[in-house]
Amino acid sequence: MITLQIVLFSVFAFIAVVTSILVVTRKNPIISALFLVLNFAALAGIYLLLNAQFIAVVQVIVYAGAIMVLFLFVIMLLRPEHEKNFFEENPKMKWLALTVGVVVFFQLIYTIFFGKLSTAIHQNADKSVQIGTVESIGRGLFTTYLIPFEAAGFLLLAAAIGALVLAKKHFD
Amino acid sequence: MIPIEFYLVLSAFMFITGVVGVLTRKNAIIVFMSIELMLNAANLSFVTFSSFLGNNIGQLFVFFVMTVAAAESAVGLAIIIALFRNKLTINIDEINILKW
Repeated sequence: MITLQIVLFSVFAFIAVVTSILVVTRKNPIISALFLVLNFAALAGIYLLLNAQFIAVVQVIVYAGAIMVLFLFVIMLLRPEHEKNFFEENPKMKWLALTVGVVVFFQLIYTIFFGKLSTAIHQNADKSVQIGTVESIGRGLFTTYLIPFEAAGFLLLAAAIGALVLAKKHFD
Repeated sequence: MIPIEFYLVLSAFMFITGVVGVLTRKNAIIVFMSIELMLNAANLSFVTFSSFLGNNIGQLFVFFVMTVAAAESAVGLAIIIALFRNKLTINIDEINILKW
């Protein structure tokens, strides 16, 4: 039986797979960055299918919004370099890397299916809706995980200062 | 109901594409984008298990991963800009002073 969930999952997963390949193979970094935005959007859809509403929204705002705008600005600041097609330069190393990737991928698939997870774990729709809300995640962040949360804030401050210092023209 | 394996295989595929991107590309920015791809694949696994096991710790962890990814990309892109200013290139084959 084909339900709406399966249709949506196939569409989002197809978009995610195709765009992730395009990110890695395109010559022009701007095109790669735009496909990466599409990839993040598809992932946000998959998070919604998993009933993780908060994470889906944060994915769109933080990743597709903030981080990718930063990437696009930096690409526009740099001089475009003329890259060759994927297999034109150093093809032996690229085939080796692809082979390693395919082998590791099949190892992962073997592990995933060998574990027979789907017989042991069943999604409890009501429970997963409850844990994906802002309330549930906020409660976790401000009670049990308060110290990591504060540390994350400090990390962001340090990163902002570090980025400013690194991008400065003259060190005094 | 979609079985958990589908999500995990998608996550594994995205991770491997990121690995191949890091291993094969020469442009530092695309290498960086491949790293973001791998981080997102790991996030997908976290959210999948969190949702299937009915425990919100996985999603909290994804929140922290996103924080670290934002910090990492800010600092990393600043490093790339400083590198470009000094060497006028971001081709990682030409940035080899520390290579033995």
